[in-house]
Amino acid sequence: MPEIKVTPLGAGQDVGRSCILVSIGGKNIMLDCGMHMGFNDDRRFPDFSYITQQGRLTEFLDCVIISHFHLDHCGALPYMSEMVGYDGPIYMTHPTKAICPILLEDFRKITVDKKGETNFFTSQMIKDCMKKVVPLNLHQTVQVDDELEIKAYYAGHVLGAAMVQIKVGSESVVYTGDYNMTPDRHLGAAWIDKCRPDILISESTYATTIRDSKRCRERDFLKKVHETVERGGKVLIPVFALGRAQELCILLETFWERMNMKAPIYFSTGLTEKANHYYKLFITWTNQKIRKTFVQRNMFEFKHIKAFDRSYADNPGPMVVFATPGMLHAGQSLQIFKKWAGNEKNMIIMPGYCVQGTIGHKILNGQKKLEMENRQTVIEIERCEPGCCHLSLEVKLQVEYMSFSAHADAKGIMQLIRMAEPRNMLLVHGEAKKMEFLKDKIEQEFTINCFMPANGETTTVITNPSVPVDISLNLLKREMALGGPLPDPKKPRTMHGTLIMKDNSLRLVSPEQALKELGLNEHQLRFTCRVQLQDPHSDPDTLSRIYTHLKSVLKGYTIQHLPDGTVMVESIVIKVSSSAEEPNTKVLLLSWSYQDEDLGSFLSTLLKKGLPSGLSSM
Amino acid sequence: MAAHLKKRVYEEFSKVVQLPQEEAPAKKLRLTKPSKSAALHIDLCKASNPTDALQYLLHFARSSVEAESVEGVVRILLEHYYKEQDNSVRLKIASLIGLLSKTQNFNPESILDDTLNTFNTEKSHQVLAQLLDTLLVIGTQLPESLIVRHRLIEVAYKHLSDTYFGVRNKCLQLLGCLGNVDTPLNKDGQGLVPAVIGGSAPGVSGGVCVRDAQSLISDYFADQDPRVRTAAIKAMLQLHERGLKIQQTIYDQACQLLCDDYEQVRSAAVQMVWVLSQLYPESIVPIPSSNEQVRLVDDSFGKISHMVSDGSWVVRVQAAKTLGNMLQVSPHFLEQTLDKKLMSDLRRKRTAHERAKELYASGEFSSGRKWADDAPKEKVDTSAVNLIASGACGAFVHGLEDEMYEVRIAAVDALSALAQSSASFAEKCLDFLVDMFNDEIEEVRLQSIHVLRQISTNITLREDQLDTVLAVLEDSSRDIREALHELLCFTNVSTKECIQLALLELLKNLTKYPTDRNSVWKCLKFLGCRHPTLVLPLVPELLSTHPYFHTPEPDMDDPAYIAVLVLVFNAAQSCPTMTALFSDHTFRHYTYLRDSLSHLVPPLRLPGRTQAPGVSGIEGSGSVESAQLFLQQSLSRISTIHNLQDPGAQDLLNFTIRDLQRLGELQTELAGAADFSATYLRCQLLLTKALQEKLWTMAVPLCLKHNAMATAAAKQMLEETYKLEFLYSGLENRQVATIHHVRLQAKALQLVLTARTRRGVEPLISVCEKFLQEVESFQRLFVVELPHLQESFVGKLLDLSPKLSACKPGELVKILQTTLRQSGFLNLKLPKQVQRASATIIEPTGESDNPLRFTSGLVVALDIDATLEHVQDPHNTVKVQVLYPDGQSHVIQPKPGDFRSPGPHRHRLITQVYLSHSAWTEACQIEVRLLLAYSSSRLCKAVWSDSSTEGLQPAEGATEGTIPFGKPVKVFIMPKPARR
Repeated sequence: MPEIKVTPLGAGQDVGRSCILVSIGGKNIMLDCGMHMGFNDDRRFPDFSYITQQGRLTEFLDCVIISHFHLDHCGALPYMSEMVGYDGPIYMTHPTKAICPILLEDFRKITVDKKGETNFFTSQMIKDCMKKVVPLNLHQTVQVDDELEIKAYYAGHVLGAAMVQIKVGSESVVYTGDYNMTPDRHLGAAWIDKCRPDILISESTYATTIRDSKRCRERDFLKKVHETVERGGKVLIPVFALGRAQELCILLETFWERMNMKAPIYFSTGLTEKANHYYKLFITWTNQKIRKTFVQRNMFEFKHIKAFDRSYADNPGPMVVFATPGMLHAGQSLQIFKKWAGNEKNMIIMPGYCVQGTIGHKILNGQKKLEMENRQTVIEIERCEPGCCHLSLEVKLQVEYMSFSAHADAKGIMQLIRMAEPRNMLLVHGEAKKMEFLKDKIEQEFTINCFMPANGETTTVITNPSVPVDISLNLLKREMALGGPLPDPKKPRTMHGTLIMKDNSLRLVSPEQALKELGLNEHQLRFTCRVQLQDPHSDPDTLSRIYTHLKSVLKGYTIQHLPDGTVMVESIVIKVSSSAEEPNTKVLLLSWSYQDEDLGSFLSTLLKKGLPSGLSSM
Repeated sequence: MAAHLKKRVYEEFSKVVQLPQEEAPAKKLRLTKPSKSAALHIDLCKASNPTDALQYLLHFARSSVEAESVEGVVRILLEHYYKEQDNSVRLKIASLIGLLSKTQNFNPESILDDTLNTFNTEKSHQVLAQLLDTLLVIGTQLPESLIVRHRLIEVAYKHLSDTYFGVRNKCLQLLGCLGNVDTPLNKDGQGLVPAVIGGSAPGVSGGVCVRDAQSLISDYFADQDPRVRTAAIKAMLQLHERGLKIQQTIYDQACQLLCDDYEQVRSAAVQMVWVLSQLYPESIVPIPSSNEQVRLVDDSFGKISHMVSDGSWVVRVQAAKTLGNMLQVSPHFLEQTLDKKLMSDLRRKRTAHERAKELYASGEFSSGRKWADDAPKEKVDTSAVNLIASGACGAFVHGLEDEMYEVRIAAVDALSALAQSSASFAEKCLDFLVDMFNDEIEEVRLQSIHVLRQISTNITLREDQLDTVLAVLEDSSRDIREALHELLCFTNVSTKECIQLALLELLKNLTKYPTDRNSVWKCLKFLGCRHPTLVLPLVPELLSTHPYFHTPEPDMDDPAYIAVLVLVFNAAQSCPTMTALFSDHTFRHYTYLRDSLSHLVPPLRLPGRTQAPGVSGIEGSGSVESAQLFLQQSLSRISTIHNLQDPGAQDLLNFTIRDLQRLGELQTELAGAADFSATYLRCQLLLTKALQEKLWTMAVPLCLKHNAMATAAAKQMLEETYKLEFLYSGLENRQVATIHHVRLQAKALQLVLTARTRRGVEPLISVCEKFLQEVESFQRLFVVELPHLQESFVGKLLDLSPKLSACKPGELVKILQTTLRQSGFLNLKLPKQVQRASATIIEPTGESDNPLRFTSGLVVALDIDATLEHVQDPHNTVKVQVLYPDGQSHVIQPKPGDFRSPGPHRHRLITQVYLSHSAWTEACQIEVRLLLAYSSSRLCKAVWSDSSTEGLQPAEGATEGTIPFGKPVKVFIMPKPARR
């Protein structure tokens, strides 16, 4: 039986280092190749030794597909392709291809330059790796080789995020990557057609959450910012460089535009400028509003948002600053926070989740006094600031939490399943406990199998692929000519024909044509059968009695009484003979060809029962 | 092309004229027609290959054919059709036949047989489909003929089993458009069993119309081709539109089609389900997998709601729109559409809406300081959570958050329709609508504001909701702000804090956008009217009065202070105790505002004031009637004048004109009527004055320099008549006749003056002829009105008419002169409602001292914002004129999209005009004004088209021109020389 195997190397019952191996129709595909944020050792990258203990991966993998540019989906890519060794094609969408190297380079810089790690991939490796990338367009079917084809769908998670359909023959798998079913300010919603894949591999980050409408959150966010700015306060929004940051920028930019506001908005990172450039370019990947209005004005060409300079933080008057990183654990956002924390007019808005132990987490939990860690760097910064020389920091500014997340919630996941109508479901990229709930729900609502393999665990799904057969037009037309009910797509219909398997192709043709093509002679296959019958009449009389009997029983068949002493029912020949010693025991000889098997066997059983007595000889 | 058309028109025209005159014209007509078809015939025969033939046919399709020759042409086409081997040519011929049968005045029945015959030989599926399309055209041309319809349906039946989808499509379309609607239902009344005859192809058996079209079409709901499925549903809908009652049995089938793979099928199925839900709202359908039952309309509502989260946005739009039309749905199901259960980590969470409501209920407002204040509370029972929204659950929650704004708008509209029919639903959907005020697309925001206004009679806004609503007041789009003002006019609020909040925000709006002044004042007027009791406790604060101390008197010119006063005065209208709280200067300001902004400040009962309460009370109720009475009296006094030469007539006219003008200023309701009559009277006065000039007694050579006044009067009269005719709406034919009469008088006066000043007869002849023509056309136009005009100028002139046409110019002039002098005064009968078209330019205000600087030779855009009242068809008539100081003037026609219509008889023009000029040395003012373009031909044509006798050059008698209306505005501009 043909089967599809799915093995997560990462992201199985876990979030981070997404890497899923799929074997389908004899092809091996790696979906995503990410790193884990939580580890700094070998567990950071997926365990590629699962594929092969030594040597390169090229011969074991047919292709690698990257769904989007987040590091937990592409962070291990240069490591895999350059250090482990893979020379095959890597597929990703155009925006991903453009932005991915920026993030990888940033990641490399932090790990090597800041943390001083060695044995890490180099800039050159990133470049070499990106040379192997083949770009994908939305809804474009790309033929990886003769049998394997892939197609990208819009996922709406970040710019360029895609879901991929992998297809070999009639078997197919859809991998969603991360996706979002509710549109936001800069991206649209994920969409897929009713492609009915054998397996749908879906993320399940928010498997147990049903979210409130986006509008309330947006409105709250804007209202808070607006109020603070009107009061003359400063707003700090710590963000990660890409993705949500752009959404919030658009949100604020349009709000400023609409409300005719004058307070400056700053964005504080060099990396973002490069990325913003790509956002401007890939307009086709954004939402309806941006796509429709970019002719007049590209929404990513911000009018109100300017680059931040460190000196601006001390400027009087209201302002809004986006600063990295998002959890306030280091960098610019932390510096600005320290400057502004003392004034109750100011506000900080945390737009995402904060890991335990970070300052972001502490202030979100309502801590009013922060003991600064006794780290050298922190103290140095403290010393630089006049009037703020002690280690504890009074938090007077308002702290707000706003969740802007671009993953599908439980309802969204269900909606996608309804759109794609898969035969099996497989959950990755989520916590095991939450997956359990969703798995039950899916099985209950859709009555399909749902799997949730752990890392390294293989799920096997047996498929029942339909085998396409070419049918000859003549045969079809002949079948049509035979009449019968009109073709009904819902009812199967039987027909006679010959299946020829030749040169890796299947064809259904009429028997005559098959014989001709194969150069074979036709062999007639006839069944003969003797039936003994007690009948006092003479042979010809018996025959004519049989004739009348059959005529009365088989209506609608051509029955002939031939002068040479036989009765023909269609192509079945019936003869009567009797031996001289027992003239009353007639022996009927029936002979029919293989094609008339049904009728022949019916006749033989009919005649075995004998002739009814009331028959006249004529 | 246009020239060709014109030629055609004349050709036709000339034929029509010839008909009655000769015996032979019929023959002549026939001669031309075959030649046309013959040309086609020759062309087609000449064509050596199909491509050529196709070219000829394409060329032929561009020319039009007269009704008489259609049949011949069709025969030739068909002749060629049988000879033609190429499919594409046959296809084109088939489509041409369809086109030709649409020719006016042509009865396609004559070509029906020939067309039907082609079906016998046709093998190509594409051509067959086109032929069926042609039949459809023919069938729709002959809706009356039952026989034709039967024959066409027969053909459709026969080809329904075709293998090509296009043919099946067309057959279904044909059945839908022509299928028998009147087929009676089964004798048992309701439950007609769908006669699904499994085997043989329907219709082949010969008993053609045995099965009704409906069950036949429903068979094709399961066709293998999605296009055919769509066509089948559409055909069914068509039958429904034509009045056939669709059977309920189709419902299940239609519901299954909702899950079709193809979007167009799903979209059509949504309509189908909706139609059924409207036909059988109360029937009961079982819920699968349970033994419960629901009403059909509820069931279908659930199913359509489900489609709001469909994969295709076309279907989503359709579904969202449809939901708005399902008003019979039970409230339980309706409220589900806004339902959403939130959950976080398997714990139940409250929505932001619920939280806001609770906060409000608990008296605390807008805390939300803490993180996790929305932290999930109780644990959710995992088995009870239903992730797939069953039924109507959350349909609108989805629809309002959709990616495509088309869906969101449709959802907002649907919400509005449903909310208007159910008060409780209106209450519930409020939060969602208010949320939509933050949409990224302005159109959606605007629409949701409008919708909220429509349902606002049903609801009262909570403070937190009002807060969100008011936040939008700072929007930079004027449309949004004004829509919001409009909304606030109709809103009910619950507490005095709300009023305060609204006032505060409106004042903020006023300082930010001073141009909103009028709109904000109007808004506060209604706010005060609606909530007098809520305003009362706020009064001391609003007017900043103090129990002991005198506070400084506020600045009367401050728009914000006026805004506050408008609110207070309007509240005081129905709250008599409020006036006691006013301080002295408030009363003074009241009298000032009552006079200057009478439309915003209502009359108040003020204690101890000179305006006795009784008087003001009467004034309030009876003023319109009394003014009306006054108007009537003045007019009847005028009617006592019989001859304009009467001694006191002029004075009387002068006084009356003055009275009427003042009346128009005081009573806005009657302004139109008063102005109209005043203008008319002024014309009469001018005429009288002109005729009393000494000039008439003088010898002809001497009067040259004296006639300036009379000439000017004639000219002004002419202008005034155009104003009378085109500036006022609501005129009846009688008044138009009167106006035309005055115009004739003016023209006669002009003629007489020309005769007296010019030497020589030659130029006079043509002028006289023209005048006579005008008299004639006047006679023709106002035949009905002539009896009323007996005693007048025209009446007298027409008495002499046989003599007139024969006499010499000199005599004519003399006759005119005497008739003018002797003719009586024509009384003006006022129609019920006369409204004067008016325009006010709101922007530019003309107050700015900063010149608009731009480089000479380049253009600068000037924003114009104007309101137009009582202008009919402003898209064509209103123009903007720009006058430069050097006398140059430009007339600019605004785009149709620049006009909005915020109310009945009200239009708003928001446009940009482009200015340009060569360099000036210093800034100078240009004048911008609005013009009303008119063309008398429009009216005349309409009248002439009835009497089709001779449509002689309709354009000649037409006068085109423009009337300036509204005050011009001056704008400082400064074109600078270009820097090198």
